[in-house]
Amino acid sequence: MKKAFLPLLLLAAAMFAYAPVVIAHADYESTMGLVQKVMYFHAPSGMVMLISAVVCGVASALYLWKKDPAADRVAIAAAELTALFGLIVLVTGPLWARKAWGVWWVWEARLTMSFVGWLIAVGYLFVRKYGGPGSDKLGAALAVFGTANVPFIYVSVNIWRTMHPMTTVVPTLQPGMRGAFWFSALTLFLLYGLLLTARIHLERQRTALDQLYLAEED
Amino acid sequence: MFVRTALLVLRKDFAIEVKSREILYTTLLFALSCVLVFSIAFVKEGEPLEDAAAGILWIAIEFAGTLALGRTFERERYGETLRALLLAPAPRAAIYVGKMLGIVVLLAVCELLLVPLVALLFRSRLFEEPVLLVALLLTGTIGFAVVGSLFAAMLVRARTRDVMLPILLYPMTVPLMIGGVRGTVALTQTPVDQASAVMWIVLLLCMDAVFLILALWTFEPLMTE
Amino acid sequence: MDLHHGLLPKVVTADFDAVSLIDVSRHFGRRRAVARLSLTARAGDIIGLLGPNGAGKSTLIGLLATLVAPTSGEVRFGDQPARALGAAVRRRLGLLAHELHLYPELSARQNLRFFGELYGVAAGRVDAALARAGLEERGDDDVSGFSRGMRQRLALERALLHDPRLVLLDEPFTGLDDRAVGVVSDRVRELAAGGAIVVLATHDLDLAEGLITRVVLLRDGRLLADEAAAPGLRARYRRIVGGA
Repeated sequence: MKKAFLPLLLLAAAMFAYAPVVIAHADYESTMGLVQKVMYFHAPSGMVMLISAVVCGVASALYLWKKDPAADRVAIAAAELTALFGLIVLVTGPLWARKAWGVWWVWEARLTMSFVGWLIAVGYLFVRKYGGPGSDKLGAALAVFGTANVPFIYVSVNIWRTMHPMTTVVPTLQPGMRGAFWFSALTLFLLYGLLLTARIHLERQRTALDQLYLAEED
Repeated sequence: MFVRTALLVLRKDFAIEVKSREILYTTLLFALSCVLVFSIAFVKEGEPLEDAAAGILWIAIEFAGTLALGRTFERERYGETLRALLLAPAPRAAIYVGKMLGIVVLLAVCELLLVPLVALLFRSRLFEEPVLLVALLLTGTIGFAVVGSLFAAMLVRARTRDVMLPILLYPMTVPLMIGGVRGTVALTQTPVDQASAVMWIVLLLCMDAVFLILALWTFEPLMTE
Repeated sequence: MDLHHGLLPKVVTADFDAVSLIDVSRHFGRRRAVARLSLTARAGDIIGLLGPNGAGKSTLIGLLATLVAPTSGEVRFGDQPARALGAAVRRRLGLLAHELHLYPELSARQNLRFFGELYGVAAGRVDAALARAGLEERGDDDVSGFSRGMRQRLALERALLHDPRLVLLDEPFTGLDDRAVGVVSDRVRELAAGGAIVVLATHDLDLAEGLITRVVLLRDGRLLADEAAAPGLRARYRRIVGGA
């Protein structure tokens, strides 16, 4: 894993650099214009956010029941990235919505789910920072509940109202856009994997440092 | 052993509350103040906004419930009695259930007053289907109590517990609120939208079940330092 | 006191007769609260946990009470690890910490009755415990109206209501007058004579001397000494731990 990190990082950087080219070459959407291209960042970020939330939830569950410190490291890294990609979703979403539907925000299933999920992720980070003793377990419980909550939020808001383009936006993408979309998605997925690995590594170093302090006392 | 311990904890909280009625009265009064503030905000030209009653009712329950949760667990923090409870020879989750039931009962008593009041102030037709209304209130309140009691218990030793509880609880209870409010709105339509209300009740029931199971699983690991 | 002797059992039914900490450590992030501590306490022992503030006495008591989980090492009751025993072992544990574990809004009797029922203790024991604490007349008064000494006596009886095998006392003498200290000391001796294991954490070396049978000295979570009690405690403490 360590050996693969640097080459993959270079690959991700290259893909990022090339992405605007790919996106620019994709078909121009007639009704929306340039703003439509935000979708190449928005939708993959949404996917990454969801994946990250599930990773955090599963790692937290493992931490609560197996008390494995490695699981806790994964959980905190995934929570930070959930908050980060959630922020991207919440900023790019309104940009797209304004052009597509004329409003900055709509209360529909996926945006609301992202907003609430983002609040829970930020709440997790707050708990880890300000929770006091035992905050690692508090955060873990929060993450477990949050992940279990995600389908409920989605369903309840969905029943309430629907305005977002249906999930089928990917298959029904015009052929000219598909290439760009998957390229962006792949770039962001790769970036997520790298960031997650780096963050877990940082956390591992931090724990190792604590262990060294403790060992030094002995 | 489990049920017995939970009921003992419930009875103990009840005994304390009966003596001073402090949490009950203050929670009630707070809920009433909420209703007042929201009414002022949501009334247009003397007429309440459509469906405002449903929203205001559930917001008042959530806000008042959050305060009640904090105060109930503050009682266990005072003499470190929570530690003594955790030392009881019963499954620790039983203590959680006892506290949770206490919150349900407290909020139920508040709702007995709040619901007629809101109906009156907003000239809302909340009582068309009383059975469905009770089922809706019950499932929503239980869900809130289940999540809230766990979070309040785990925050007992945190320094910032007063502000952390709402920060953590409100996003987590969003689907419960949606279910409660939309279900209540369905019950105030003419004619009453029974199908929707029942659907929301069933959804709330599912949420209650999932959250309760999670809470029972996580309480013990959470409470061990 | 004689009137109530008949209601109090002399010997507890033994589920374990020794509790051991085997190479137990507990750290909070970078801070080590308890460092590789090994200790065995047997029935009849009155162990004094002595040491300056922050030595790890309260954490050690928490570990023995199964309220705190060790980050390494094992806590054993008899020859069974605490993890395997679960809720049943708590029936044989009694804890009294500084905060006293009493509900001020309830009366003395209500407090005792609540905890008694939690442990499945017979109803007669509540009255006996009230008498032991010298609070028969104040039984139906709210605890909030009690003085510190009265609360301490009540709290001690609450902790002992279910005849625990392992009695954990964290600073039990705080705020007590001479007479009350004598009562508590006698109670502790009686418990040990009846087969209980008593672990007592305290600052007060004078009170500890003459009561404890074994001295355990802690500093910075480390065990500095574990020896039988002997006269000259304060001098030995000062020499080993350093500073009063």
